[in-house]
Amino acid sequence: MVMMLEQFGRWVLNLVSEMGRMLIFVLSAFAWLMRPPLRVAQIVKQVHFIGYKSMFVVVLTAAFTGMVLALQGYYTLRKFGSEGLLGSAVALSMIRELGPVLAALMVTARAGSAMTAEIGIMRITEQIDALDTMAVNPLQYLIAPKLVAGLIGVPLLVAIFDVVGIYGGHLVGVELLGVNAGSYWNAIESAVEWKDVYGGILKSVSFGLIVSWICTYKGFYTKMSAEGLGTATTEAVVLSSVLILIWDYFLTSVLL
Amino acid sequence: MIKLVGVTKRLGGQPVLRGVDLVIPPGKLTTIIGRSGEGKSVLLKHIIGLMQPDEGEVWIDGIDIARLRGQALNEIRKRFAMLFQGAALFDSLTVFENVAFPLREKFRLKGADVTRRVEEKLEQVGLSGMGHKFPAELSGGMRKRAGLARALVMEPEIMLFDEPTTGLDPLMAKSIHDLITSMQRKLGFTAVMVSHEIPEIFGISDYVAMLKEGRIALMAESREFQQTDDPDIREFISVGGTIPWPAIDPAG
Repeated sequence: MVMMLEQFGRWVLNLVSEMGRMLIFVLSAFAWLMRPPLRVAQIVKQVHFIGYKSMFVVVLTAAFTGMVLALQGYYTLRKFGSEGLLGSAVALSMIRELGPVLAALMVTARAGSAMTAEIGIMRITEQIDALDTMAVNPLQYLIAPKLVAGLIGVPLLVAIFDVVGIYGGHLVGVELLGVNAGSYWNAIESAVEWKDVYGGILKSVSFGLIVSWICTYKGFYTKMSAEGLGTATTEAVVLSSVLILIWDYFLTSVLL
Repeated sequence: MIKLVGVTKRLGGQPVLRGVDLVIPPGKLTTIIGRSGEGKSVLLKHIIGLMQPDEGEVWIDGIDIARLRGQALNEIRKRFAMLFQGAALFDSLTVFENVAFPLREKFRLKGADVTRRVEEKLEQVGLSGMGHKFPAELSGGMRKRAGLARALVMEPEIMLFDEPTTGLDPLMAKSIHDLITSMQRKLGFTAVMVSHEIPEIFGISDYVAMLKEGRIALMAESREFQQTDDPDIREFISVGGTIPWPAIDPAG
């Protein structure tokens, strides 16, 4: 019994200290961001990596998500004779929920894992130590631009996801299943409010921070072995994905 | 002058350094030897503040860097350069950009001045015309040379070398050693090197220190070190290579 309590206590202590270390990590990175020089080139490069290079997978996911939503929505709404509401069903699902969550999960899988691996390899091969020895703070040079890029890149990807998804819904709903185009777009216009868009933006910004924060943190503190790097990458993807879903629930419950 | 006083460090619960006392003479090449896993690289990282001791002091010209953090530590580090075991070149940058990196980041230099200094250093280490290549395209020896160029371009007061010849063939190792000694003699920086290359290091070092069981077992001038009576040290340096007697004199 005492052993179990000891183990539980150790687990809680480790968890609390890890959370504290994560908080100090992200706060220090933002503090370093405020100090000159502002690394614009690094930030642009990271926005290109997280944002532009994730476009293909995000567009693909968005198109099929919109299409399947329209398909499911059409057969459900038809039971009540409400096919005309298909546009609003697709658009609201996309803007409020699926856009931010699925785009963030896609970014985690594509860019987040790569960020962890890149930073982890830099740690293992002493490139991060080399930055330190050259009096260049790694948090400022490596981490802060990635955090900023997550905050910029993910909301932009979510916006693209929403638009492509709605057009995907249009393709299936209007072109294939014969829903009236006017009623599809009109339903969107009348159902979507600024509150829905605002909520989606808020979610996407916070998801952007979660992905870049967790993935850079896990890479930065990776263990000095190939196995450690593999574990760090897995942990980064799993933890980011889980936190996105948990934070999504909390935000939704507050925003509704 | 670099002075370590009672430095202790535990890693993963295991004691690595158990009270290191060491004085590194300025303007000389001091080599730290010892068995694998003794903590030689850990010791080197304490000197440049990459690791903080659990207890003890690390003095660099009258400043205890063991207590420094952030910008204050960065200021001290501007006097240092370090050649890492694997050279630690930035993968995403070319050799030229790697060597130019500290000039641009640390000294805020730009344009033609950077180009001139980088090309000069690349030529000194025998890498002229290789500036456009990425680290992945270089051999181990070339990477070490590029790492050396990046360290030397900073014109440091203190240079740290972490096993600069590990993994290189004897000829390449000799050429790296020759480069290090000629640069040290020419520029006069304080050099601290961690190496396994026995007996070669006796020929190039001014001082040799042996780390044993977490402490400095012996620190002496190279020639004097080789004449030690300590049976363990004699065994270590004679097993390391067929040590020629009489001892090698670094002065030639």
